[in-house]
Amino acid sequence: MTNSIADIHLADVLLVTGSNTTEAHPVISLEMKKAVRQRGAKLILIDPREIELADFATLHLRPRSGTDVALLNAMAHVIIGQGLAKTQFIELRTENFDALKEAVKDCAPQWGEDVTGVPEKMIVEAAQVYGQAGSAAIFWAMGITQSSHGVDNVQALANLALLTGNFGKPGSGVNPLRGQNNVQGACDMGGLPNVITGYQPVADENVRAKFENAWQTGVKIPSKPGLTVTEMMNGVLDGRIKALYVMGENPALSDPNTNHVREALAEIEFLVSQDIFLNETAQLAHVVLPGVSFAEKDGTFTNTERRVQLVRAAMPVHGDARRDLDIICDLGQRLSGVDGKNFADVIRPVSDWTYAGASAVWDEIAALTPSMAGISHERLNPRGIQWPCPAEDHPGTPILHKEKFTRGLGKFTPLTFREPAENPDDEYPFTLNTGRILQHWHGGTMSRRSEGLDWVVPEGEIQINAEDGLRLRVASGDMIRVTSRRGEVTGKARLTDKLPRGMVFMNFHFAEVPANALTGDAVDPVAKIPEYKVSAVKIERV
Amino acid sequence: MIKPDRIVATTCPYCGVGCVLNLHIKEDVVYRVTSPHDAPANHGNLCVKGRFGYDFIHSKDRLTQPLMRKDGELVPAGWDEAMGHVAERLLEIRDKYGPDSIGFLVSAKCTNEENYLMQKVARGLIGTNNVDHCARL
Ligand code: SF4
Repeated sequence: MTNSIADIHLADVLLVTGSNTTEAHPVISLEMKKAVRQRGAKLILIDPREIELADFATLHLRPRSGTDVALLNAMAHVIIGQGLAKTQFIELRTENFDALKEAVKDCAPQWGEDVTGVPEKMIVEAAQVYGQAGSAAIFWAMGITQSSHGVDNVQALANLALLTGNFGKPGSGVNPLRGQNNVQGACDMGGLPNVITGYQPVADENVRAKFENAWQTGVKIPSKPGLTVTEMMNGVLDGRIKALYVMGENPALSDPNTNHVREALAEIEFLVSQDIFLNETAQLAHVVLPGVSFAEKDGTFTNTERRVQLVRAAMPVHGDARRDLDIICDLGQRLSGVDGKNFADVIRPVSDWTYAGASAVWDEIAALTPSMAGISHERLNPRGIQWPCPAEDHPGTPILHKEKFTRGLGKFTPLTFREPAENPDDEYPFTLNTGRILQHWHGGTMSRRSEGLDWVVPEGEIQINAEDGLRLRVASGDMIRVTSRRGEVTGKARLTDKLPRGMVFMNFHFAEVPANALTGDAVDPVAKIPEYKVSAVKIERV
Repeated sequence: MIKPDRIVATTCPYCGVGCVLNLHIKEDVVYRVTSPHDAPANHGNLCVKGRFGYDFIHSKDRLTQPLMRKDGELVPAGWDEAMGHVAERLLEIRDKYGPDSIGFLVSAKCTNEENYLMQKVARGLIGTNNVDHCARL
């Protein structure tokens, strides 16, 4: 997020898209509802489904799945056409405005209606409400990014914020709501193929030299970015990847196109899983290493507003499991030969892989990461700190891009609307959408083992539009089979009027009803995020 | 009412809001979760997952010892044997096929410190940038 959660209460307008906030980020939706009810903030909701936030929305736009860029381009067209663009901001702080103008020139609201199905009048009104706001904040989640053009979607949203000067001030900005608790941190820490901590690129020679000097392992960091998770899975199948070390993830369930991934994982020469449960991935592993839950470890998580917060061990470790840091350090010692047993000749040992706890590991991170240099575990007590925090006396940064953007000028990105990779057709007439529900979490490894949560929602239902159900002679509770070009899944139908006609919705928390057996492996060409939200399927009663 | 042995403040393991949790512990078991009113992200509010989703910590399904595949079956093994085997196989594969034949998936559920160290193993010991996590999924 460029801004903070607290900014929800400073915005005149909230634009929420691709996020069923009530279900996926309940506490944030609470703040949004308060902002609407108590302060009269206006809410523009862009979502094909009749989600709970719709009750609070000034405007609810329901575009056809996968047409976000068309809708946002049409809004940009109106903002420019009606003179709502903030010319001074554009002149002083942005570049490439002319290219954007050119790109949205033909995206009139009527064109927008033809492509997205959202009435022309609503597109105009949404553009006006957003464009005229003193401050307007955009929020989105996986509905925007899990698309074969997710990066375009995000850039189209950023274009709107740039056009209207909604950066660097309270109650504004572009604010992705991160799904899992530490997605932000995993990215910040170099858990990506192209960057090390704090987004320092591996392609930069000075960056590599800095880390090589600090680590002193005698190993060269390659300058070429590595493979993404989707590419790694393909790599297993085509023989480029021989071993995978999986820590705390379950790609056999959470990957799109699960069948393909399982096939890959079953074939791999060596698979290690470090986890707290014997999940679907661990079941295929050659070695399973039991780590511990958040309640048994010290460390930090970084939330969606870039706030680094403490995780504190509350109890001893479970059984003969080991803290994950201890497992990694043990591995580090063995790989570098400092344990004195193995491989001393393989890598010249210098870094000894002993740390006096998580706080000492953090100190190493801070020393190597300018944007976090001022953060220590000690300073995080009790409220955490939002990075960038470059010095020990720096208070942290609730709002990014205040005076200038990280790259200097904010750049408009001209975008052309592209249809989703797979649209419904005669054979597969429905659009499958996947997502979360409130009571469960991701692959369900944690939440499904919490009795209270599994009791409320014990089954993975397949939601379909009520009229579609009638036409197919399916009632709630009937078993139906959903088939895509990649696989089929059988489960209980639930009829609802919250979905538009032609849409099927499944959550991905249940291994018995694995939505991801159906989804495609088309990915965004830049971010390599798979298309989870649009797959063509057919439905039959069984 | 049960009196806790201790209350430990920590951060919710479920979603990216980052609510502060106060874990109430009795005999090393979490039996209640609350949140302080001055918590920066959530002001004491919690959703059903943060407030009630803690049974998994004490689940009977938790793994308690390392497992190794022998004759096709996963069987219990000691830490030294399991870790030794992992290190040996990774180095063998690296030497035979090159560092880029190994991939590491770090985790949006693990701590910053764990993620940092895991990518340090990948980049600094194996010598590959094949590091990613599943959260883009
Ligand atoms: S309590 Fe709910 S909203 Fe808060 S971090 Fe946990 S899962 Fe997210």
